[in-house]
Amino acid sequence: MTSAEALARSERIASLPLEKVGQKAGVFLGFATSISAIWQHRELAFLLARREVKARYSDSSLGLAWSLVRPVAQLLVYYFVIGEVLGAARQIPSFGLFMFIGLTGWTYFTEIVSRATSSIVENQGIVKKVYLPREIFPLASLGSALFTLAVQAIVFVGAVAVFGGMPSVRSLPYAALGLLVLTVFGLAVGTLLSAVNVYLRDVEHMVEVFLIVFFWVSPIVYSFAMVHDRLGDGVGASLYVANPVTAAILGLQRGLWVAGAPGTGVVEAFPPHLADILFAVLGLSLVLLWAAQRVFARLQGNFAQVL
Amino acid sequence: MAAISIVKVEGLSKRFVVNKETSLRSRVVGRNRGRKHREDFWALRDLDLDVEAGTTVGLVGHNGSGKSTLLKSIGGILEPTSGAVWRRGRLAALLELGAGFHGDLTGRENVFLNGSILGLTKKETAGLFDQIVDFSGVEDFIDTQVKFYSSGMYVRLAFAVAVHVDPDLLLVDEVLAVGDEPYQRKCLARITEFQKEGRSIVLVSHAAEQVIQLCDKVVVLESGRKVHEGPAVESFAVLRALYAERSAVPGAAATAHTKAQSQAEIVLVGSEVMERGGVSRLSVALDIDLKEPLSDWAIELSIDTAKGLRLFTFDSRSASIALPKTRGLHRVTVSFAQVALGAGTYLVDVAATGADGTVLDRKPGGSSFSITAGGVGTGIVRLDPRVTVDARTAED
Repeated sequence: MTSAEALARSERIASLPLEKVGQKAGVFLGFATSISAIWQHRELAFLLARREVKARYSDSSLGLAWSLVRPVAQLLVYYFVIGEVLGAARQIPSFGLFMFIGLTGWTYFTEIVSRATSSIVENQGIVKKVYLPREIFPLASLGSALFTLAVQAIVFVGAVAVFGGMPSVRSLPYAALGLLVLTVFGLAVGTLLSAVNVYLRDVEHMVEVFLIVFFWVSPIVYSFAMVHDRLGDGVGASLYVANPVTAAILGLQRGLWVAGAPGTGVVEAFPPHLADILFAVLGLSLVLLWAAQRVFARLQGNFAQVL
Repeated sequence: MAAISIVKVEGLSKRFVVNKETSLRSRVVGRNRGRKHREDFWALRDLDLDVEAGTTVGLVGHNGSGKSTLLKSIGGILEPTSGAVWRRGRLAALLELGAGFHGDLTGRENVFLNGSILGLTKKETAGLFDQIVDFSGVEDFIDTQVKFYSSGMYVRLAFAVAVHVDPDLLLVDEVLAVGDEPYQRKCLARITEFQKEGRSIVLVSHAAEQVIQLCDKVVVLESGRKVHEGPAVESFAVLRALYAERSAVPGAAATAHTKAQSQAEIVLVGSEVMERGGVSRLSVALDIDLKEPLSDWAIELSIDTAKGLRLFTFDSRSASIALPKTRGLHRVTVSFAQVALGAGTYLVDVAATGADGTVLDRKPGGSSFSITAGGVGTGIVRLDPRVTVDARTAED
């Protein structure tokens, strides 16, 4: 019965080392092996993300076009209702764009966190039956968040074309850095919560509440200048910008909100040394991501039996 | 070449905690009582297993004996409480068909997604796509969302993806029995092909026929422990004995049984085949321990195929054979001068019955024997055909 193919296979298997099944112990080595396992499954993460996006708009006749309608409606509402009718535009120039930028960053962050949190429980069919690096599932939530972000970006470009205020290339790195912080920090929080949510389903609901509260902690509907008026330059202000989401959103506004850029006459629109702050919170977020992955690795051993 | 193990399980134990609440409220509220309400359940207890590369191992046992837990531990889906699993090569686990299938996606998209979950790259799936669709037999609906599929189509597509991955080790849990009969045959053929390609398979199945047909070795599990490990036929004999033990109704029947046991006990059964000059002789020897003098008792002996088909039954009473009546150990030998059976393994089932036909003791599948001498042709019986050819027409 032994064919040439079988022989070749057994020879190849003989040459492979016996490997212990399960997570490797060791804090740094474990992280490295996890990352490489995730990298090997990157195609799957992409497919899962695509599945999520596709499933969201399948069966609707306009399909993906709907994803454009929402941000456009959002932008118009902020521009007219809050900006013009409620008068927020008197304090913040080109308020529609300002708020749209902040909101885009915020939506991006919340989408990562809330989708990631429920990702393991939602994919329990796979988690229970197939072994994969399970970090893939929170990671795939990033994909669908990126999709929303891309759509918002298109709307933003359209809005800039209509209302004016094309950001300068020199300030764009701020925005990129801001997005990076949101991504890393969002993944860190999402990865951690996705694992905890398996054991404690209440987390999903707690996250919703927290996100509502934290929406007001970052300068999305109001500007940093207003915070500065109240808090001055003391510890309070430092703490305020130490929030990675706040810092990231400030980065986005610094990069994309031309009307408030330094030199346009809007005082204290941004904290000093914004770039340093952004790098600091990025470093912090990376450490958090590493810690979250380690906790995740510890908790994931029992996923299949708890679900 | 020396045997290489593809899976090595050492001292594997897995504990489940039953009755654990997962909501915050019940945790906080029940914190004081919590510990008391927790109940440990050992799904696996100190289990060792070695799977040689290129072999097929079956796991059998009652429901809840730990088969699936073992399979999941090998697959890395469950982390062991203690002990370790070592493994090499590429793994594919078929614990559930269509894991990750999404109803809103089309068959085509699901093939790619499922392939990716099972460890294929996009390129590999694309290369295998036609084969997969062909195997599944749903080509007309491949661009339809799978929520509109019939359950048979769904499972067939899922199975088609699963058997086209290229694993060194395949874990299979009760998924072979899908679809209609021709499709099942196709699946089995595919598994056999897998074996020829030198892949190793660990499978859980309740279908005895399938397991015996496919497995080189069968492990019997009972309450998380390994009870027996050996050739398929032998293991099934052990398993049947376990089933028989289980199905014995507690209470009246049980006491009758112990009472009966006190009268006579079959201590040992051995069977031997001697093949000489193309004729197989079989002799079955059994030691019977009579605990008290018995005036009227009989031996029942049956021969079954490995798949459980009864070929022959013989009763010493109806054959009016006198058996010893005194207390003590007696050896009874039953021989068959010629056994016209085809090559294969057969089980011997012996029982001692009392005067009124009650079973005093029974050893289902207590022994087995193999016939290796072939003759021509295959099958359960050996018919030794003789073919004569008469030259009636001249060759051109």
